[in-house]
Amino acid sequence: MRSRRRAFATFFFLRPRLALLALIAPPLLWLGVVYLGSLFSLLVQSLFHLDGFTGRVVRRVSLATYGDLFTRANMDIVVRTATMAAAVTVATALLAFPPAYYMARYAPPKIKAALALGILLPLWSSYLVRVYSWKLILAREGVVSWFVERARLTWLLDALLGLPGIGGPSLSVSAIGTFLAFVYVWLPYMILPVAAALERVPPSLLEASSDLGARPAQTFRRVTLPLAFPGLVAGSIFTFSLTLGDYITPQYVANSQFIGNVVYESQGVANNIPFAAAFSVVPIGIMAI
Amino acid sequence: MIGVLLFLHLPFAVIMLYALTTEDASFRFPPPGLTLDWFQVAWNRPDIWAALGLSLRVAGAATAVALALGTLAALAVHRSRFFGREAVSFLLLLPIALPGIVTGIALRSAMGLIGIPFSFWTIVAGHATFCVVVVYNNVLARLRRTAASQVEASMDLGATPMQTFRHVVLPHIATALVAGGMLAFALSFDEVIVTTFTAGQQETLPVWIFSQLTKPRQRPVTNVVAVFVVLSTSIPILLAHLLTREGTRKEP
Repeated sequence: MRSRRRAFATFFFLRPRLALLALIAPPLLWLGVVYLGSLFSLLVQSLFHLDGFTGRVVRRVSLATYGDLFTRANMDIVVRTATMAAAVTVATALLAFPPAYYMARYAPPKIKAALALGILLPLWSSYLVRVYSWKLILAREGVVSWFVERARLTWLLDALLGLPGIGGPSLSVSAIGTFLAFVYVWLPYMILPVAAALERVPPSLLEASSDLGARPAQTFRRVTLPLAFPGLVAGSIFTFSLTLGDYITPQYVANSQFIGNVVYESQGVANNIPFAAAFSVVPIGIMAI
Repeated sequence: MIGVLLFLHLPFAVIMLYALTTEDASFRFPPPGLTLDWFQVAWNRPDIWAALGLSLRVAGAATAVALALGTLAALAVHRSRFFGREAVSFLLLLPIALPGIVTGIALRSAMGLIGIPFSFWTIVAGHATFCVVVVYNNVLARLRRTAASQVEASMDLGATPMQTFRHVVLPHIATALVAGGMLAFALSFDEVIVTTFTAGQQETLPVWIFSQLTKPRQRPVTNVVAVFVVLSTSIPILLAHLLTREGTRKEP
């Protein structure tokens, strides 16, 4: 038995490729079959179409479902979602930069660890609960309204809500509310990569820049920003992609439909899986660009 | 900085406040009165217990699968350079980089196509798919700090690969495994998007909250459960954080 095991060990030691294969096969099979297989079936299904008469899925390859996609209403939804995702990405980037900069450059190690934890905790904690909390905060009779009333700024809030396009009957059912909730939910995803990127900027470069006579603003624009750019890009990919695919925030804290809602409803309520499949190819396409 | 931290944490305080309110129909602020009754009401609701049980079992199973697959992948990627190595990392990352709804609808459409009925295992399959990467990242980071010479020494001294793994590699990556496992557990425990597509009629705790939000009955009970979910996911996250930090401190 022992020698057999030894032979087994030698066998694999002499053939590292084989050992590698044995290690990598299970995870690759899982992801390859379960995940890529599913993505592939998503593509296949999106080529089928729903028979409007019988309400059953016709399993014949055609581009009919994609044709349905290009209606005015659906295009509006795509544009609205993409605009929201872009706005949220820009806002989180602007909001994330100062704390990330502070974390990377000024915070002493102990405080830095505490801050990192303070940002990680909301990132990992229940996303659903975090969206829900904004419903509570923004509701008509909720926290924000109360403070606004106390500050005698109700006229300002009403004016904001009266704006066409982004307004609504109350904050919790307006685009402003959706935007706030999205920014809140995805902010940690932006802070962490930006802070990581800023940490890698060597302080000597900043000193050199100011020695060479650059004003702080110039140093920031021509040295810090380009070096932190990869972090910004990584954070933006996260926030953009997460906003594109979300259907929970738009369902609770919004008054209009996003890509996610349409996908969810067409598979759940209408049972039109081909359409849901075709529509969820859209965010993949946008992400690919 | 302080502003951002407050922005990130105050909403939790609001949820806690609303779990104590005596007002059960609207979100009136400030609450007309405070009470602890809702905790008792929540305690006596069998549907909450059922959802919690399902969530725990799913998270446990998904974590087990993710631990096995993530560790294997990390060992393979760490050990050697091979064609498509980058592709493996990318493939593992894809389920959390693409919107959750894509993963959800993809799994759902595959099940529909092959005709797999919804079950406990369909939820686990969905969760495990996006949990693998968490374990993988943690273990790989730890392996990168491990000296290969220890493994070689163990082999030279006559240990079988299984022995080497058990006595040399495993103790070394143990805390990374625990940390990765806890993060995977937390991730699975409060996942809702993929779950709504792969669960059918069953309700995990987040799906329960989700359905309560659309057809509200006793709102404060939902808030109590929300508080519970937040607290119970933050504990494993804190522990995981402490464990991985300890790992870095040991480094010379």
